[in-house]
Amino acid sequence: MNIEISRGDVVRITLKGRMDAVSSPDFDRALDELMSQGQRQFLLDLSNLEYISSAGLQSLLAAAKRLEQIEGIITLSNLNGAVLEVFQISGFDTLFPILDSRPE
Amino acid sequence: MIAMPHLRLPAVLDNLEKLISFISECAGKQGYSPAELRRIELAVEEVLVNICRYAYPAGTGDIEVNCKVGSDSSLIEIIDTGIPFDCSTETCPDIEANVCDRKLGGLGIFLVHKMVDKVAYRREGNKNILTLLYKPRGKC
Repeated sequence: MNIEISRGDVVRITLKGRMDAVSSPDFDRALDELMSQGQRQFLLDLSNLEYISSAGLQSLLAAAKRLEQIEGIITLSNLNGAVLEVFQISGFDTLFPILDSRPE
Repeated sequence: MIAMPHLRLPAVLDNLEKLISFISECAGKQGYSPAELRRIELAVEEVLVNICRYAYPAGTGDIEVNCKVGSDSSLIEIIDTGIPFDCSTETCPDIEANVCDRKLGGLGIFLVHKMVDKVAYRREGNKNILTLLYKPRGKC
């Protein structure tokens, strides 16, 4: 999985490829670092994320839980294909604020 | 009898990609769509990760994957020699809970059952043998 970070008041994180049990810890570390720098608002662009497993969902949920405690927020955008299907099946589509979500 | 294509590797997360690719390539040869392949890969990943993390608490062991793919259904066997573990019973996470109440675990086995059509488990000697049956459902 490729992680691109664009800093601002809202940190935009673009995830590309596969968010699985091997790659999800990379996201955890990236977010840890940003949060330790005081960042509280995140927008995840998932338009080029082609696959997510439970490990990826858990990383996102863990991030949301931590941010909720410090009045931060994580918003997702552009879910599609297999990723959108997994979000809908697992009920994760109602856990996060989601922008521009559209069926295929 | 023709042997099913199979691959056997040590049960570590570093081998996840090789094991999943093996199954995916096997299914890909039957012309399954990318959406079908992602579903199969997801079910297989969840099972493999469970084995890597929990099957061999006292040491190391292997994972073997067998793949028999047809145009109307696929049979995938995942075998380990770790502690007995039956994930053929569907789990039910609370998918309506909010961020605060939602549990971090329990999603993997749930997704396996949602992605494939049948999950069967048997213990033969020291082997856990999990069988996933997948029937292509076309694009959705």
